[in-house]
Amino acid sequence: MKLNTEFRDKATVKNLVKAINALSTKPITLMEVCGGHTMSIQKFGIPSLLPKNIKLISGPGCPVCVTDRKYIDQSIAYSRMSNAIITTYGDLIRVPGSSSSLENERALGRDIRIVYSILDAIKIAEENPDKKIIFLGIGFETTTPGSAIGILTAENKGLKNFFLYSAHKVMPPAMSALIDEDVKIDGYIGPGHVSAITGTGIYNFIAEELGLGVVIAGFEPLDLLQAILMLVKQFESGKPAVEIAYSRVVNHEGNLIAQQKVNQVFEPRDDWWRGLGILPDSGLGIRSEYAAFDAENVFEVEVEPTKKDGACICGSVLKGIAKPFECKLYGKGCTPMDPVGPCMVSSEGACHAFFKYQSL
Amino acid sequence: MLFLNINHFNELNMKRENILLGHGSGGKLTHDLIDKLFVKYFSNEILDAQGDSSILPIEGEQISFTTDSFVVNPIFFPGGNIGNLAVAGTVNDLAVSGAKPLYLSAAFILEEGFSLSELEIIVKSMADDAKAAGVKIVTGDTKVVERGHADKVFINTSGIGILPKNRMHISSGKNIEIGDKIIINGAIGDHGMAVMAQRNDLNITSEMVSDCAPLNGLIDAAFAVSEDIKFMRDATRGGLSSVLTELFEGKSFGVEIEEDAIPVHDNVLGMCELLGFDPMQVANEGKVVMVVKAEKAEEIVLALRNHTLGKEAAIIGEITVSHPGKGWIITTIGGKRVIDMLAGEQLPRIC
Repeated sequence: MKLNTEFRDKATVKNLVKAINALSTKPITLMEVCGGHTMSIQKFGIPSLLPKNIKLISGPGCPVCVTDRKYIDQSIAYSRMSNAIITTYGDLIRVPGSSSSLENERALGRDIRIVYSILDAIKIAEENPDKKIIFLGIGFETTTPGSAIGILTAENKGLKNFFLYSAHKVMPPAMSALIDEDVKIDGYIGPGHVSAITGTGIYNFIAEELGLGVVIAGFEPLDLLQAILMLVKQFESGKPAVEIAYSRVVNHEGNLIAQQKVNQVFEPRDDWWRGLGILPDSGLGIRSEYAAFDAENVFEVEVEPTKKDGACICGSVLKGIAKPFECKLYGKGCTPMDPVGPCMVSSEGACHAFFKYQSL
Repeated sequence: MLFLNINHFNELNMKRENILLGHGSGGKLTHDLIDKLFVKYFSNEILDAQGDSSILPIEGEQISFTTDSFVVNPIFFPGGNIGNLAVAGTVNDLAVSGAKPLYLSAAFILEEGFSLSELEIIVKSMADDAKAAGVKIVTGDTKVVERGHADKVFINTSGIGILPKNRMHISSGKNIEIGDKIIINGAIGDHGMAVMAQRNDLNITSEMVSDCAPLNGLIDAAFAVSEDIKFMRDATRGGLSSVLTELFEGKSFGVEIEEDAIPVHDNVLGMCELLGFDPMQVANEGKVVMVVKAEKAEEIVLALRNHTLGKEAAIIGEITVSHPGKGWIITTIGGKRVIDMLAGEQLPRIC
């Protein structure tokens, strides 16, 4: 199987688009809640292929985008402690905090390192026993199992200098909050990799109680078009359901081992989402059994007062009620080079993806 | 449809008080630094043209002049080393302006403790490449700094060449017309990904090899069949996107590219997918983008393909009357989107 050819086959794309066109009669708005989908949709120019009555909007699926600015401020405060090494996925490095960014702090000489896996951060901790290594744990159900394994590995190795600062979040509360807030959508393109971990049960209430279809999609053009076709079919027939258009990766139970490790290390807590505010049980904190690895528990730092969002409308963009270009700052005060809001910083943010590719 | 001015200076944002790695990426931050600082203070009619080489009118001849510094990490990578880059980079900057490269300078900043035998390998590579490119290294400089004040070896090369009068338009691309074809001499992204894969924190084993090479021979082969080459740039840092952006930005024409037509090796594509990079934004060190007269395009591609450095040469797009000042790409699945320049830092030091 070759992803870069088979799932991008032009003739099959054409047939799928034809099928969508033939089936779709009513205006329909679909929301993708995964930043990876936002990026793929824009990168391949999918909106330019769809009939005018199908509208795709981006939801709160970019973890960097929905995270509180205070998280960045506190990470910066950690980086300023003596003998601290901050380890992070690359996306966070350029996100503006209230008065600085991790990138800026790195230029000023703080030890801030980009890693591709939490296990690289563990290795750094082993190699630097006299330093405090703080890993910035961010992401939805996709990255949380990695963070759980990181903490369990650190415990196994007896590491006393490895800490995790959790901003981990779970998806379903946000998907239901959007409907409560009256965001007008007719179905969800469900997140592929989140669902690979969680399975599909977490979405049942959306179909059963909220009456919206959820189709789990992969990240290749054919995956996405197939999911759109299935959602259109559900919508036209008035039968919302939870379905999988990504069966090569996702099944109904999900990854049970990953789920078990996450539950072992993390517990639900209320969390703040940009655009949505505080949502009950939408975040994951580290359980007290693992408090020795919890940066929030171990370190006291003074964090500067959090700056408000100003003219930035990332909150509305994340809810799908504003398009990136409807923001006063878009392309003027806020560009990927000089981002104001997180949606422009993260490579999976709706503003960044749209600025980069502008497929309409 | 929206039109954005990507050079719009940002007054609302955090004040930048320090140099960031992104300022050296070859993308937007670099362009901003050049425009807002260097050109602001150094401005003159020759510098302001901002070609890959500057054109100096001396005694009735046109001399092309360019300079480049090399700080790649690691200094040895599959397909070459920092010395190969230092010669090829400067030779290519001259050659893509249409000039015949003649003489180079070479200046070394060495870190105390750096291995002399490694330095010899680098210097020998430079001599070999200079010979192959038909240029002489005629002057140089050496400085040594305390351990930790530089990273092993940094090299600066400057070069001059003679620019035939009938090729003076190439740097600015002022003869470009609607319908002209856009050509590249081979697969993109090899250099950036080969260097990236070498970095020990990634644990990737790959067969990727840098495309680093002096291109003047290849460019001569193209000129041998036609003088209808209207614009050339070597796609280095910032990749193919940066060159295309420089080509259409602020112009009265647009650019349209067929994504399917752009040669990319499978391993580069795979690694880009893995790391979330766009191959069009990944660095090359042996790729030239040409804009040529439509009727001559096939002939020029054939000439390139007959050269060892152009075996995968292809027509990748054309100059259009629609969407002036913008670049559009027809994606592999037939969708449409814009071409964008790399915003910040993508890779560590790649050249």
